[in-house]
Amino acid sequence: MGGLLLMLLLVTLPALAADLPSLPKPKGEACIAANDVMRRDHPDMLKHQRDDTMRLGIRGGKASLKDCVACHSTADTAGKPVPINAEGQFCQSCHAYAAVKPDCFECHATTPTVKEASR
Amino acid sequence: MIKTEYKEVRPFTPGWVALAGGLGAVIVAALAAVWTMEHQGHWVTGMTNQVVWGMPHVFAVFLIVAASGALNIASVGSVFGRAPYQPLGRMSGLLAIALLAGGLAVLVLDLGRPDRLFVAMTHFNFKSIFAWNVILYSGFFGVVAAYLWTMMDWRAKAFYKPAALAAFVWRLILTTGTGCIFGFLVAREAYGAAVMAPLFIAMSFAYGLAVFILVLLFVAKTTRRPLGDQLLTRLVRLLGLFVAANLYFLALHHVTQLYFAGRGAVESYILTGGGIYTTLFWGGQVALGGIFPLIIAFGGCGHAVRKRSAMASALVVLGGLAQVYVLIIGGQSWPLDLFPGMEATSSFADGRIHAYVPTVLEIVLGIGGIGIFGFIVLVGVTALRLLPTDLGDSVAESDNMC
Amino acid sequence: MTELSRRHLILASGAILLVSPAQAGQPASAAKRWGLLIDTRKCATDCTVCVDACKSEMGLSGHDRPLTDAQYIRKVDVKDPATGNAHSLPVMCQHCAKPACVDVCPTGASMKRADGIVLVDRHICIGCRYCMMACPYKARSFAHEEQTGQKPYLPRGKGTVEGCTLCVHRIDDGRLPACVEACAAKAKGAMLFGDLKDPTSEIAKRVAAEATTRIRADLGMEPGVRYQGI
Repeated sequence: MGGLLLMLLLVTLPALAADLPSLPKPKGEACIAANDVMRRDHPDMLKHQRDDTMRLGIRGGKASLKDCVACHSTADTAGKPVPINAEGQFCQSCHAYAAVKPDCFECHATTPTVKEASR
Repeated sequence: MIKTEYKEVRPFTPGWVALAGGLGAVIVAALAAVWTMEHQGHWVTGMTNQVVWGMPHVFAVFLIVAASGALNIASVGSVFGRAPYQPLGRMSGLLAIALLAGGLAVLVLDLGRPDRLFVAMTHFNFKSIFAWNVILYSGFFGVVAAYLWTMMDWRAKAFYKPAALAAFVWRLILTTGTGCIFGFLVAREAYGAAVMAPLFIAMSFAYGLAVFILVLLFVAKTTRRPLGDQLLTRLVRLLGLFVAANLYFLALHHVTQLYFAGRGAVESYILTGGGIYTTLFWGGQVALGGIFPLIIAFGGCGHAVRKRSAMASALVVLGGLAQVYVLIIGGQSWPLDLFPGMEATSSFADGRIHAYVPTVLEIVLGIGGIGIFGFIVLVGVTALRLLPTDLGDSVAESDNMC
Repeated sequence: MTELSRRHLILASGAILLVSPAQAGQPASAAKRWGLLIDTRKCATDCTVCVDACKSEMGLSGHDRPLTDAQYIRKVDVKDPATGNAHSLPVMCQHCAKPACVDVCPTGASMKRADGIVLVDRHICIGCRYCMMACPYKARSFAHEEQTGQKPYLPRGKGTVEGCTLCVHRIDDGRLPACVEACAAKAKGAMLFGDLKDPTSEIAKRVAAEATTRIRADLGMEPGVRYQGI
């Protein structure tokens, strides 16, 4: 038992030693739920709403990936939006810390809508 | 009656290691090809928005169709009670499983998102013949494994006949399902015919037996197990019969197509003006895979039966690959007819013959399926008692008498 | 100014909504059936306004590879070989009532929304391309390589199948599909969008009063896109 504990400790030590992710400041005032809820449940929330929106056509749900990106993304000094899955950005920094690779941005836009000059 | 004795193949002999290494290298090469295809995306293959299924599907369909056919030897022995085939039942079951695994692996590895195989296994649209095939393929492994069990364990003897019948019925349904993947495509003029199902069953009989004979000859030679000429004579005659059935359904399909005025154009394309597809049709599937094996099986060919069976089987395999190529690629290269009777052109290749050139990546992936098949067979005959020690004519004869 | 072009101007300015936006929290309703009516007599052969509008709306930048790049909408030039008569028309997903792509999809990724819009749920698409084999209209494309520059309302990525969504994001927002809007604003207004089940809608009145056809109606998939002049 003691060996097991030691082993667990050794295995988890690097994680404890790693720097906590430093997240860019969001644009909005408050998230749609408390931080600990968001940390734990955001995949389920997104998954639930994606099926509602995509398959049933229910619009206006609160757990929208589009809104996450809109609120949490940042812009560089030139005002150009930085992809939210780029190094040090909101989604990437925390997912890198948790060592979980999100699949969302294979398809989903990583920057919020920008007003198109052509219109 | 002489009791058939089964014995494993001895592993780690130089020949065994060389074969395992060779097959392993083929599989590794295929995985490298898959990695490239999935990393780059499918644009590095010959497949396009016009020809959406390519060379991997040719190999996959060939292997899957052959899988159900390879089980026939076991069925002939058990369901139809032909004693001379019974000692080969176990190997027949193993080949069926191995061929299916090889074919499915190619099919899955060619998906746009092979990482989502789990999705395919958990989300079913029961109106889709493709979803039914997923169930039929998975079930085939289970049914054949149970059938093998009843063949190998005397305590399960009571279930031998029911398992044999279940496996036979399952394989017929399975190949029907594979044929229907094409038969149900109403808008594609080269497909969209119910005869696809029996055609695929006839194809499976021929391909499966051809692969079986080739493996049997190879195993008998390399493990020095006696193989009787009478058994081979039976097998090659059976192969001739299956090849004839394939030609019959093929002719039926094309005559039907020719009779429908609206499908005259696609028929004259495949049969006369389709370039590589016309060449492969007449030279590959009809001549090499049909007429020549028929002559070898029934006609006066002076060679020894061992040589005849090897030649006929190899030709059926080559002709079969040509047949599946003409069917899948040739069929897709014919454009969809959105405006019947009119000429259409667009930026999206409407109204013109679609070009397809397979890339090395796709061919390597397809051959990888054969590698997986070979590897499973090798491991199977090494680990389990699937191969009879003696397949000489004395065994077959004495079995025949009882 | 004719009656017709004034209406188009109003449409193009976005001053009026032809459809009401989806109510937040409410699912798409089977009481609606979105459809298009395309008058090919107003569709010029060399005009690609609808195609260009679609590309920019959907962020279909492409990789300059015509055989593998996605095309949600394309202009097809049709010619009668017996008479020499020729015309041109846009073809996109026909949003069938009985879509073959939905029937054949093994996972249910290819789906029809309650209001008749046929979509690909890219979350569960495995990229088998069987829908592309089954569709009589060649309406779908496969993402053959990594995609960039996606629009927030239209996710798209490598290894999955995609096609015209009838601009579902605009419809739910009470706006017209991009192709329809552009055709009205920059071309001759050949495309009419609306609810085929609403007898007071212009499209329902037009299809009731005038002769219209559907591409390959013989296949029985009951497309939601109707044409005039083919």
